[in-house]
Amino acid sequence: MGKRVGMEVAIASAEAAALCRFDVAAVYPITPQSHVAEHLSDIVNDGRVDASFITVASEHSALSAAIGAAGTGARTVTATSSQGLLFMSEILPIASAMRLPIVMLIANRAVSGPINIWNDHSDIMPMRDTGWISFFADNGQEVVDMTIQAFKVGEDRRVMLPVNINMDGFQLTHMVEPIIMPDQEEVDRFLPSYVPYATLHPDKVVSMGTLGMPEIYAEAQKSKDVAIVNSIKVVREVWNEWEKQFGRKYEPIQSYQTEDADVVLVTMGSMGETAEIAVDELRKLGVKAGLLKIKLWRPFPFDELKKAVKGIKVLAVTDRACSFGGPGGPVFSEIRSALYDMPKRPKIVNYIIGLGGRDVQVEDFMEMTRKAAKGKLSEPYVFYGVRG
Amino acid sequence: MTEKKWPETWQEINPGCMVFRPGSASEYHTGSWRAKRPIWENEKCIKCGVCYIYCPEGCVTETADGFFEANLDYCKGCGICAHECWPAAITMVNEEE
Repeated sequence: MGKRVGMEVAIASAEAAALCRFDVAAVYPITPQSHVAEHLSDIVNDGRVDASFITVASEHSALSAAIGAAGTGARTVTATSSQGLLFMSEILPIASAMRLPIVMLIANRAVSGPINIWNDHSDIMPMRDTGWISFFADNGQEVVDMTIQAFKVGEDRRVMLPVNINMDGFQLTHMVEPIIMPDQEEVDRFLPSYVPYATLHPDKVVSMGTLGMPEIYAEAQKSKDVAIVNSIKVVREVWNEWEKQFGRKYEPIQSYQTEDADVVLVTMGSMGETAEIAVDELRKLGVKAGLLKIKLWRPFPFDELKKAVKGIKVLAVTDRACSFGGPGGPVFSEIRSALYDMPKRPKIVNYIIGLGGRDVQVEDFMEMTRKAAKGKLSEPYVFYGVRG
Repeated sequence: MTEKKWPETWQEINPGCMVFRPGSASEYHTGSWRAKRPIWENEKCIKCGVCYIYCPEGCVTETADGFFEANLDYCKGCGICAHECWPAAITMVNEEE
């Protein structure tokens, strides 16, 4: 039934990939992902999985090598962070267009400038439209579970898409957490060996990464969109299966104390746990607060969101990235747009918080909730806690 | 039945736009882009084969009598053959006036 261990989350994510018996890891190290890269390398070096570790010149090469490896039918893992993810940006939509189920561990970190190595979501947000399935983990256990789930979702013949697991840099990657590490036998039962749709092999010729002329490009993009939109069914299925086998429940949007709530916070990633405590504290003070935690960012869970916000008066959406010159943070604009057609929708306000490793504490969430209660803030989107 | 040049609908596209028919790219006649075509004057030609070597499309071939010609299905009219030709035996002429 698995073993409860105390383990650094970055190390645990690499261990989870090892439990999935990856064939190839192509990774370039970058803070705060480095421990993932190092540990994947250790695992291969120690012969714990029958795999190759490709040392590469850059993140651009890392993802390119991962695509090549996945093209041969290898179960492939990569990992990156911040500038590294941006350096991969040219290759990200190619991996999804080629329908290669690569799994990427992302240690979320702010992008430069100013240069900053700490955590926020400004690396993944500009990459959200590249056709990758995106999971967001709250804690180390979720990182481990989602890594294993990611291979199963991505490799499903109805999906065939790359998947990234977002874990907050330092706040998660460098924390030693209690984690139930599943047994190899359990993971083998959950995750069958990878049977690729097609492989690059001289005996059976196939062209991957082909040219798309104006006559076909739009149809190709439509087929990619349909693939990721439909993948939500498989995500739900895999998460149900996970719950049955491992007893831990996963939902695209996880509701906490929302049944009778007036004001509900929305978070993605590790801050969800801090926000939970804030909700508990507010409830002690008689404030009907609640929390929605988004676990599945792409494909966006529209149905789950609409269901989750029923009866809620105010949604206070938090973003750890800014869409400069846009309508607010990316999570906010997404949610507001998703609820536009609802006849009875909550008021929605936006806080941009936790940028570049800025600490957000229980008291901050309590204050944000109180201020949001009126359903309107001083500005369309507020940089909470910014001096000046 | 003639094979379709490309899938009609998005549903017909193979996952990842994979192509399982080797060599199918040759059915795409890139020569249709051409604005100018190379014309050989065989009186000037010294049969050195520089045009054949330099053609980036590989569409220049040697004829039975040792002269050269371009396969106009694939010749894009770049003019490199004409530029490289030592005795200036190749001239580029407009496809349309």
